[in-house]
Amino acid sequence: MTLRSLAISARYLSREECEAIAKRALSFASADETRVLITSSNVSNTRFAVNQISTGGDAFDSVVNVISKFGKRSGSASTNQLDDAGLRAAVQMSERVAKLSPEDPEAMPELGPQTYQPGVNWSDATASLDPASRATAVRRITEPAKAAGLVSTGFMEAITGAQAIANGKGLFAYNRSTASVLTTTVRTPDGTGSGWAGATHHDWSRIDAAALGARATAKARTSTNPVAIEPGRYTVVFEPTAVGNLVQFIARALNARAADEGRSFFSSPGGKNKIGQKVVDERVTITSDPFDPEVAGSPFSSDGLPTQRVVWIENGVVKNLDYDRYWAQKVGRAPTGAGGSIRMNGGSASLEDLIRSTQRGLLVTRFWYLRPVDQRTILYTGLTRDGTFLIENGKITKPVKNLRFNDSPIFMLNNLEAMGVPERVSASEGGEPGQAIVVPPLKVRDFNFTSLSDAV
Amino acid sequence: MAGLAGSFLTGRNAADSLVSPLNPYAAPIAAEPNIKELAAVALDAAKSAGADYADVRFVRNRNQNVSTREQRVAGIADNETYGFGVRTLVNGSWGFAASRDLTREEVSRVAKQAVAQARANRSALVRPVVLAPAPVVANGVWKSPIEIEPFDVAIEDKVGLLLAANKAALAVKGARFVSSSMFFLREEKTFASTDGSFTFQVIYRTEPSMTVTATGNGDFATRQSVDVAPRGLGYEHVRDARLVENASRWADEAVQKLSAKSVDVGRYDLVLHPSHLWLTIHESVAHPTELDRAMGYEANYAGTSFVAPPEKVLGTLKYGSELMNIRGDRTQQGSLSACGWDDEGVQPEDFDIVKRGTFVDYHTTREQALWLDWYYKKRGIPTRSHGCSYAQTWAAVQFQRMPNVSLLPGDKDLGWDDLIAATDRGIAIIGDGSFSIDQQRYNAQFGGQVFYEIKGGKITGMLKDVAYQMRTPEFWGSLDMIGGAKSYHLGGAFGDAKGQPVQVNAVSHGAPVTRFRNVNVINTGRSA
Repeated sequence: MTLRSLAISARYLSREECEAIAKRALSFASADETRVLITSSNVSNTRFAVNQISTGGDAFDSVVNVISKFGKRSGSASTNQLDDAGLRAAVQMSERVAKLSPEDPEAMPELGPQTYQPGVNWSDATASLDPASRATAVRRITEPAKAAGLVSTGFMEAITGAQAIANGKGLFAYNRSTASVLTTTVRTPDGTGSGWAGATHHDWSRIDAAALGARATAKARTSTNPVAIEPGRYTVVFEPTAVGNLVQFIARALNARAADEGRSFFSSPGGKNKIGQKVVDERVTITSDPFDPEVAGSPFSSDGLPTQRVVWIENGVVKNLDYDRYWAQKVGRAPTGAGGSIRMNGGSASLEDLIRSTQRGLLVTRFWYLRPVDQRTILYTGLTRDGTFLIENGKITKPVKNLRFNDSPIFMLNNLEAMGVPERVSASEGGEPGQAIVVPPLKVRDFNFTSLSDAV
Repeated sequence: MAGLAGSFLTGRNAADSLVSPLNPYAAPIAAEPNIKELAAVALDAAKSAGADYADVRFVRNRNQNVSTREQRVAGIADNETYGFGVRTLVNGSWGFAASRDLTREEVSRVAKQAVAQARANRSALVRPVVLAPAPVVANGVWKSPIEIEPFDVAIEDKVGLLLAANKAALAVKGARFVSSSMFFLREEKTFASTDGSFTFQVIYRTEPSMTVTATGNGDFATRQSVDVAPRGLGYEHVRDARLVENASRWADEAVQKLSAKSVDVGRYDLVLHPSHLWLTIHESVAHPTELDRAMGYEANYAGTSFVAPPEKVLGTLKYGSELMNIRGDRTQQGSLSACGWDDEGVQPEDFDIVKRGTFVDYHTTREQALWLDWYYKKRGIPTRSHGCSYAQTWAAVQFQRMPNVSLLPGDKDLGWDDLIAATDRGIAIIGDGSFSIDQQRYNAQFGGQVFYEIKGGKITGMLKDVAYQMRTPEFWGSLDMIGGAKSYHLGGAFGDAKGQPVQVNAVSHGAPVTRFRNVNVINTGRSA
């Protein structure tokens, strides 16, 4: 058995347990090829609202997903009943589905054994969190907020788990990982001010609850009674979270097949794509690297392919798109093996430097309800939230009402004025750990705000 | 009130003893644990550990997704998950723990874990939780009113239907890509509480869908089959969706969108089809009338509400025009929210949310109903939960989720054509599209699937790049024509997100055809 620290209370399956489950599941298989994916996790959370813990949860689950292939026919089934009867039922269901399925001309054979780098996304500090230590962290926010006459709300989650993949060709991959996140919104009791702060990391010890509470509190206080400004094009200083909110949509649009088929921003006329073309300011480089401890991800993808560092955009030029195994062999390229994280380079300026250099503009803390409007340009709409301010003559002068924008991160990165120091951000709207993202604060000209909102 | 089903509780009845439902699984499944016995273990363990109240949910959830693109199968997946969650109340503080391991030892351990967590959570307690009374349901059984068990239909038939629909779409000149899918869910849910309630429900959900993409002149346009909404029905809903017959129309419309006129920005009268308006109701009426939002409990993610504080808006806030009557229910036949009892054992009731344009009530759970005790006393009605407790899975704690929230039809027998004919300069919108709304539900922007220009009471052509921006009370205040019961249609979605960690709720919203005056329309088209 894998040695586990005595302090670690979270349950997850060890490498040996995963191997044993995979072996049993594969022994029930009669398909030409079978792949077994095992995920086990302990998901723990504590919610707080109106300065008290409102709910919490500790849930343990392990799921086995079976993929069966007869020639070019395939099917899958999953179960969380891991005794022989449960595993056998899942294998039989998967095989039954596969036999009934028409042939898939795009089916790919299973991979043989692969070599994987060890994952770097595990933390004992995260795995050791229990309800009492979560409550202690939460009180570092609720107690000062209550003492200050403010209202704090928020969410803390810790996930401890393991993922494994095995197939009949001898491939076996295993990685254990952790994730943690803490976000808080502090509001004034009269509802005229609201501030947000959040952080995520696989290592809980990197998250400072008291500091997040203090930042959200300061924003709540300074954002009261916002003034209305005319919607229109503004120079905007985006805090790193707001940059993360938008830049992740570029990463989601990197699918090579959609580009080659003319269904994406990354399409070029004549069935071509934009690899080699400059699409954003030459100061911008976007990469992903699952072995970078700041944006750590899984060492393998769900088909067992090892992941690696990928340069998507370098000095403004598209370097790679995301090729799955089928599309890669179809167009004569190597499959990408992207790890899912995002790192955008930056500069040396602080957020304060960006503000100081702005004659007239807006400071945006984060965005909300982001929804695609036009895939052709990665155009999104959404609203600012929890800390939007007017900058005049290099200083924050007053809070402004929230604004709706209609704009694209591609346009944003073309209208770049300056970049600050990159940092890890919590950029998922739901407050889950989400994709690992490191981005800088940015100063951008001509960002397109289309209407005002009365929402605080 | 035709269209809006009054009551469809025929599936709900009391049973002396619980019978195991018919096993729909062709393949053998794991041995059935004795749920009633395990429920007793959970509740006893929680009580012994000091819980003042506890409930337990055992949920077996099976879903199947069949997806295709063009003339091939993109994926077939059949998933099952089974587990339980125990919720405990200790001195006014909640705790919750869950596990997939259905053994007596694990059930007992998890119940104690939930009590220990409630004690830890108590360290930050300000206002203790108190539950409104609810009648005990000793042995309740309810099942979605399905005609055809979706898991009994052969996968070949499902694939065959989707590929035939794809073929029909691709036969339209200009249609280049098509994807289609079917999703089915069957959920067996057992609930037991220390109050003595014990219920068993089998809930179904079905969604057929298709997306057609047309390309031409270096551009592309898509048409999604959103006018076929997901429902709480069986395979008969796929049959009735007539995918093959509809596919060529959706493809035609995708092709037409390529050459449609880009809209001129400005103010227009909007004639909205219920396949579009359901989403506007969801965002601008259903969400802001959730009581937890109004009380600040969702401030960190879903947001708060402009319909707050309760003491200043209940019975007084003017939400919209006199034609606006909004009702919450979990009883419309085939709706996604329909059930016999909610996830804390309460039989849901139909209730008014907006009456003749005035806001009159929020959605509630047992914990929340008492927050409005003063209001219900003032109205002379009992303080009880409306039955809005829901959890996405066995692994997630239940909390307040919206029921079906629907706009009631008007008294006059008006239809789509009547509203178009009465409109001089407007835009007709069918199907939901892009959507976004602020965290207090004031400022929203909605796109659609298909847009038509209306001039002089007639449709003169198709438009594209249309989205309208609105401020909720002004928008609903501009509702000046409403269709009759015959124009009523039930839309809805699986993806209603709220809570942290985010839980997804499935909900239906019904509406007749409607007209809104003088709404701000923007053009969303830009070139890269």
